[in-house]
Amino acid sequence: MSESQERQDHPEPERTTPSRRALLGWGGAGLAIGAAAAGGTAVALAGDGDPAAQPVAEAGAAVPFHGAHQAGIATAVQDRLHFAAFDVTTDDREALISLLKEWTRAAERMTQGHPVGEGAVGGLAEAPPDDTGEALGLKPSRLTLTIGFGPTLFADRKGKDRFDLKKRRPEALGDLPAFPGDNLDPARSGGDLCVQACADDPQVAVHAIRNLARIGMGKVAIRWSQLGFGKTSSTTPEAQTPRNMMGFKDGTRNIAGTDDAALTRHVWVSPKDGPDWMAGGSYLVARRIRMHIETWDRTSLKEQEDIFGRDKAEGAPVGRRRERDEPNLKAMLPDAHVRLAHPDVNGGATILRRGYSFTDGTDGLGRLDAGLFFLAYQRDVRSGFIPVQTSLARSDALNEYIQHVGSALFAVPPGVRDADDWWGRALFS
Amino acid sequence: MRAVRSSAVTALAAAAALTAVAGCSEKSDAKGSGAIQVKASDDACEVSKTSFPAGHVALAVENKGSKVTEVYIYAPGDRIVTERENIGPGTKTTITAEVKAGSYEIACKPGMKGDGIRQKVTVTGKGTPVKRDPRLDEAVAAYRAYVQKQADETLPLVEKFAAAIEDGDVEAAKKAYAPSRVGWERTEPVAESFGDIDPKVDLREDGVEKGAKWTGWHRLEKSLWVEKKITAEDRKLAKQLITDLEDWQKRVGKAELTPTSMANGAKELLDEVQTGKVTGEEERYSHTDLVDIQANVEGAETSYSLLRKVAGENDPELVEELDKQFAAVKKHLDGYREGDGFVAYDDKISKAKRKQLSDTVNALAEPLSKLAAAVVKPAE
Repeated sequence: MSESQERQDHPEPERTTPSRRALLGWGGAGLAIGAAAAGGTAVALAGDGDPAAQPVAEAGAAVPFHGAHQAGIATAVQDRLHFAAFDVTTDDREALISLLKEWTRAAERMTQGHPVGEGAVGGLAEAPPDDTGEALGLKPSRLTLTIGFGPTLFADRKGKDRFDLKKRRPEALGDLPAFPGDNLDPARSGGDLCVQACADDPQVAVHAIRNLARIGMGKVAIRWSQLGFGKTSSTTPEAQTPRNMMGFKDGTRNIAGTDDAALTRHVWVSPKDGPDWMAGGSYLVARRIRMHIETWDRTSLKEQEDIFGRDKAEGAPVGRRRERDEPNLKAMLPDAHVRLAHPDVNGGATILRRGYSFTDGTDGLGRLDAGLFFLAYQRDVRSGFIPVQTSLARSDALNEYIQHVGSALFAVPPGVRDADDWWGRALFS
Repeated sequence: MRAVRSSAVTALAAAAALTAVAGCSEKSDAKGSGAIQVKASDDACEVSKTSFPAGHVALAVENKGSKVTEVYIYAPGDRIVTERENIGPGTKTTITAEVKAGSYEIACKPGMKGDGIRQKVTVTGKGTPVKRDPRLDEAVAAYRAYVQKQADETLPLVEKFAAAIEDGDVEAAKKAYAPSRVGWERTEPVAESFGDIDPKVDLREDGVEKGAKWTGWHRLEKSLWVEKKITAEDRKLAKQLITDLEDWQKRVGKAELTPTSMANGAKELLDEVQTGKVTGEEERYSHTDLVDIQANVEGAETSYSLLRKVAGENDPELVEELDKQFAAVKKHLDGYREGDGFVAYDDKISKAKRKQLSDTVNALAEPLSKLAAAVVKPAE
């Protein structure tokens, strides 16, 4: 059952739809009208945290950009991803600030389905257009743009304070430890900034990153990027849990985007956790996990199921019948993936996962260069990703079939409040 | 050279080519009564009409002076619409051209030197171009002079390169190779605008169509660096290179140049860096890409500096940014200097270093793409 079908089964009768006239006034003229009229704006006007505020996927709706938290974390996971990590190439603090403001304005427009600046057509014939144009005529497609700041923005590898930010670096934004079995490629790791673009249409996500990269030229340069498809974790528990490239359901127990209590406990940084500028933000771990697809595919079904600790058809934990039945960890092999990843064996560590599958062609040896682009949000990586990954890296039976080849950590600041606010204002003020 | 040429310059080039062809084809009926009489002497250039309708124009020239003279019709920005050299004392000739409506100058050059004695003329008719900021016409004229100078100074360097090949001296030819390309690389978008010269002199091996003959600099580059020997065929190719570049030298004055084509040409020079040179593809055998890149940047900066004043009035922030980014690119390139040239752009230049160079060039090319708009703004 798809998410949309699910929603039709449980209609929200109290949801109000503004009149088309109201939409025109709100959305202005242009391409966004179609999408807005189709339902996006209805949810834009709904309250923060309201389950009814989940935009409707099939309508290509727009996700509100402004809010206490950045969209793209608790937001129902979209189908596609374009993630980009940037190096800041300027050493001018003011230039960086003006870029972040410019990016915020562009992100506001693109997430609402508008082109950047004066648009892709109709400008001066002699000049390149402000917008690259490949999203013309496409709906907002629930595009979310989420920014993060990497450790190297605060101090470079030699400890140099690049932008007078060193003293504002959160303790939680240290380097991740070296986990056993990691084979990290520096060209796919780190970054001073990141932008996660999620959308139901890959062209919309790629368009957003492309325009931000172009706006940023001379101040930032893309260090690495990753395209993703087929969300591998759901933040909407009523929908079927998607499968990863190994054919297994993944993220059954993920934190729901609607579970405010769990989000507050495990995902959002509290004012008492660390620097004030991070309150309402989160920490993002990005890992490129290559899967040895060919060897996995010649592994027996029993071994595959033993490795995960779930059955392949239903996704039920060992000895249980339904996917969402409480797992009996002791019934699983000691090195089963689910057993080692479970909060109960990791001191309650819980993360919000938003990963995507990736396939970047083949690797030159004829092997599929595919796997999981793992994205995890948590209140503190020291009590989130690090204990879980330490336990997995040490013993997980799945390690024979996967390898972590890229890694990055970012502090994701709170949301942009309104049209005067911008990404990172609290950090730079 | 790039496989896909930029549209603006190519479109203009097509128009220029038509004019050029028309200018060369003298028709027998041109000596009719409609001809404009031009009386050239050692110190005057008298024109019988200073206003005439667009279309087929004939100049009946009489050299009444004591020196050999030449006569030109210049479009704004000193584009040569047509010209005739070697008009001897006491002789008469007729020059014809298809001329569009607009402002032009007729020049007589006694002794065939300098800017000549000029007379402004107006060609009337439909589609008279909007009057342009005269400072932009000056900029175009100055850039045209720069392009001509690059061609003039390149020929002796190419002759030196060809002479080394004629002598069979591989080492001397290798040494002369990169310097012989500098003037070309500084002004490449203008040369590309002719369409036919560029493929003859600057084609890379992968750009050669099946069945076509590969000629020009890069063919010789491969002989010198890969085959490490000079054949009889190479000697012929070196002579052909001179002939083709002489053609370029003769034609650059007629290139259709405008303030916007200058601005976009500057950006295209950096596109050349970005698509073919930062990857090491252009000079794949000699690894002299950094020499080319330096020349591309110099050519771009020349265009920019000529347009800078007008652009700065319309968009001061853009000019500030461009000043900063030109300085950054030049400083970056200085890091690669060795002796009076550059280090080899070979495997020793790591991928990370190439990316840094690419990022630095992007930082300049992106704002440079906005220069044309800043130049044409007043015409809105």
